[in-house]
Amino acid sequence: MWAYTSKRLFLMLPTLLVVATVIFFLLRVVPGDIVELKLLGDGGMVSQATIDQERARLGLDQPLLVQYFNWMVGLVTFDFGTSMWTGRAVSEEIAGRLMLSIELAILASIVGLALGIVLGTLSALLRNTWVDHLIRLLTLGGMALPSFWIGMLIILFLLYIFDWLPPMTYTPFFTDPWANLSQLIWPALAVGYRYAAVVARLVRSSIMEVMNEDYIRTARAKGVYERLIIVRHAMRNALLPVVTLSGLEFAFLIGGLVVTEQVFNLNGIGKLFIDAIDNSDYVLIQSVVMLMAFIFIVVNLIVDLLYAALDPRIRY
Amino acid sequence: MLNFMSHSQATTSVAAAEAVVWPATAPLLQVENLAVEFETSRGRIRPVDDISYTIWPGETLAIVGESGCGKSVSSLAIMRLLPKTTAKVVGGRVRFEGRDLLALPEAEMRKVRGREISMIFQEPMTSLNPVLTIGLQIMEPLRIHLGMSEAAAQKRATELLSLVGITDARRRLAQYPHELSGGMRQRVMIAIGLACDPKLIIADEPTTALDVTIQAQILELMKDLSRRLNIALVLITHNLGIVARYADRINVMYAGRVTEQGDASRVFAAPRHPYTIGLLRSVPRLDQPRTSRLETIDGLPPNLLELPSGCRFAPRCAYRIPLCDTEPGLMETVPGQWSRCHRASALETGELSIVAPPRALPAASAQLAPEPLLSIRHLSKYFDVGRRGAVARAVDDVSFDVGRGETVGLVGESGCGKTTVGRTILRLAEATAGEIIFNGQDVRRAHRGELQALRRQMQVIFQDPMSSLNPRMTIGDIIGEPLAVHRLEADRSACRARVQLLLEQVGLPGYMATRYPHQLSGGQRQRVGIARALALQPSFIVCDEAVSALDVSIQAQVINLLERLQRELGLTYLFIAHDLAVVRHIADRVVVMYLGRIMEVATRDDLYDRPAHPYTRALLAAAPVPDPETERRRPSGLLQGELPSPLAPPSGCVFHTRCPMASEACRNEVPPLRELRPGHYAACIKLEVE
Repeated sequence: MWAYTSKRLFLMLPTLLVVATVIFFLLRVVPGDIVELKLLGDGGMVSQATIDQERARLGLDQPLLVQYFNWMVGLVTFDFGTSMWTGRAVSEEIAGRLMLSIELAILASIVGLALGIVLGTLSALLRNTWVDHLIRLLTLGGMALPSFWIGMLIILFLLYIFDWLPPMTYTPFFTDPWANLSQLIWPALAVGYRYAAVVARLVRSSIMEVMNEDYIRTARAKGVYERLIIVRHAMRNALLPVVTLSGLEFAFLIGGLVVTEQVFNLNGIGKLFIDAIDNSDYVLIQSVVMLMAFIFIVVNLIVDLLYAALDPRIRY
Repeated sequence: MLNFMSHSQATTSVAAAEAVVWPATAPLLQVENLAVEFETSRGRIRPVDDISYTIWPGETLAIVGESGCGKSVSSLAIMRLLPKTTAKVVGGRVRFEGRDLLALPEAEMRKVRGREISMIFQEPMTSLNPVLTIGLQIMEPLRIHLGMSEAAAQKRATELLSLVGITDARRRLAQYPHELSGGMRQRVMIAIGLACDPKLIIADEPTTALDVTIQAQILELMKDLSRRLNIALVLITHNLGIVARYADRINVMYAGRVTEQGDASRVFAAPRHPYTIGLLRSVPRLDQPRTSRLETIDGLPPNLLELPSGCRFAPRCAYRIPLCDTEPGLMETVPGQWSRCHRASALETGELSIVAPPRALPAASAQLAPEPLLSIRHLSKYFDVGRRGAVARAVDDVSFDVGRGETVGLVGESGCGKTTVGRTILRLAEATAGEIIFNGQDVRRAHRGELQALRRQMQVIFQDPMSSLNPRMTIGDIIGEPLAVHRLEADRSACRARVQLLLEQVGLPGYMATRYPHQLSGGQRQRVGIARALALQPSFIVCDEAVSALDVSIQAQVINLLERLQRELGLTYLFIAHDLAVVRHIADRVVVMYLGRIMEVATRDDLYDRPAHPYTRALLAAAPVPDPETERRRPSGLLQGELPSPLAPPSGCVFHTRCPMASEACRNEVPPLRELRPGHYAACIKLEVE
């Protein structure tokens, strides 16, 4: 297993290299120039010389390949550079916001998995009853409705019905869990709803399939209680595909966070990312993309290892 | 052994205590007029319609019939394990020790399952939960029904594993099902079934998925345990040989009804229902002289949606009379034997006698050495299995010839490499080494164009007619596809005409061309597979387990078809199969393989009359024949042990680990294939050359 893990970690390098290259060149193709945005953005009048000077300061006057080379060297030495807009170190910009986003991602995953598994199982066991129909309607909604819209609905709901809005400033979880959760549970719900919908649909079909397996019939023939059949015999098998899915869904989760942080006005990585794009802050965009790619790969590695731990037939 | 002693004493005392309440004469299970309905998309059907039987303590009852006759459904109905949404028991009673199982509340019924009645299923591969350990799965009924502690259950589970012949039982408890072979898993299933000392075990095709030597081990084990522990056994099977060897009484089922019932030796010796007679005649048999042509039961079992109004077997029955338009009842012909046939008494009195065709061949067709069409020399196929260059030797240094117009049977148990040999000949898999000469041409060196020309001459018929036909193509398109690929017909109408001709050739009506595979029965699909193979007018066909998945009566029809086509078209067959009796019927010469190597090659009669190699002898001994008298006389020459893994084949002779004759020398030396007498080769150093 260690050999497998180290091999996977090693294979991560070429993947990250490809991501780095693609994002670098894609950004240069996208229209928009940070210097012009910065200096002329608000209708300011600046001489061409100042613009050139600013360009030179940011290194944008150098040939593309040189810039690419510098970016690569920076990556290898873990020096991600400074934000072209604020001038602060990229690592600093990210560090200040990472905790919030990671917490949100974890919360959304918990909401998604817990809701999804419970609803999916209920739906499968009560197939073709009104419970099943209701759950399927809910899951259909989760897949069809964008999470930012759900987010807005939640805010409006809280505001109109309870005349209350979640706190606007981030409190770390370990400082004040209650304040922390009362702020973050709402965006987690908005993002987790979609996640739950996808998981519930998978769990439903997976359990229905597993309940038809020969070993379930064997368990019944042994006289095992129905509850034990579901929990011990069916769920353990039926949840295996959910493990794989949760790794893949993580990409959607990140995408959902980027938009939802805007809606809830949370100062996380997502908001940082959107701002960076607005400002054409190449360095910052590149770094955030690299971070997300890295997290995505690591999460999927963990998922694969978890799968092997749960399924004795898989050994690396 | 020690484990068993303590266990058997425990059971005897329990049995003795209960014997006071239930005298030995009381029946254990009485099924009375059981009827089950299924809701299908095309209507309501009754796969089990008014069946009744009784089981006495300790006896073995066999339920025999072809697929769809209701034998499994009736047993699942007894256990109340049928799917609740689609199936419904619509009538009858199931009395188990006086209680009506069908009327018990679900919670009470759960206490019967696994505690008093156990069930063993067909597929050991899928019947155990893949993510739970063997130990947990055996201990589960002990903990639930007997309330044993973890430690006590573990001790009993270890005992049970030893009882069913699994060595190193303690360590096995921590293993998962995928770490065990099929035979081992079936032993585990039996251990689970025995866990709570049940009074009745229902075994649904317990050995159908297993190899013949393993099948013999498992059945001997079950029979032995049932005798020693006084457990009654319901054996559901389609294999008449198994019935003859193991059953005390027998129920023959057809289209949801019991057609014949009685003492096993009586039913085999004097069957009183034309269906039973037909079944017994359509199996190729090892214990009787070979017939030139198998007798078949014409037609197909009835569609349960449109049952005939009278006797359900009448449309296929050669002895029907006008009276058969009314439904016959199950009537006692002689004490202890019942038949659902209007003509049973005529059969009994001898007024109607059903004469078997002469068993002997009219003329010996065996031409000893025809000119070889296919010649295989030192063929090997190794598969890489990942880690550190490990290889599985699927086929190892195999040489044999197939003469023009001849049928060569290739037999062996699963994993012996017989299918791989077929695939390398057709270049569906690339050989690792060796030579394959077909019609003077080197198959392995053939390049694209040559290969396409070769494939026109070499065709294949696969085992599973369902999965080898594209479900989205019509039968006509499936058969016509090779014609289109090889551009053999000028235009579409010529192609269609040819398809019609081919359908006719394999005995299918022309309108089948517009049907889809799922609309056909298993036997019809296999005929389509044959028609597709014939489309290119090949000279050589590899039949890879071509009749293994078919029911006995259908199997006989397809075998006869293959033989007729061979005569008419001068075909050459390589007939790959695991069923020794079928191979004996169809093959001129037989090649026996074990773990990738050839053990014995001989002409058919020589091989079956005077088998030389200990493996061939063990195979023949393990195959049960449908005659209780013969079975009683036969010593149970059981082959011990499991098939070794092809990843680590034994040194020297690959068979030495299971061979009763093996000595030190067998371990060191790979035995060459030597000619013992003209045309009879065996790879065994213990055998004398005549």
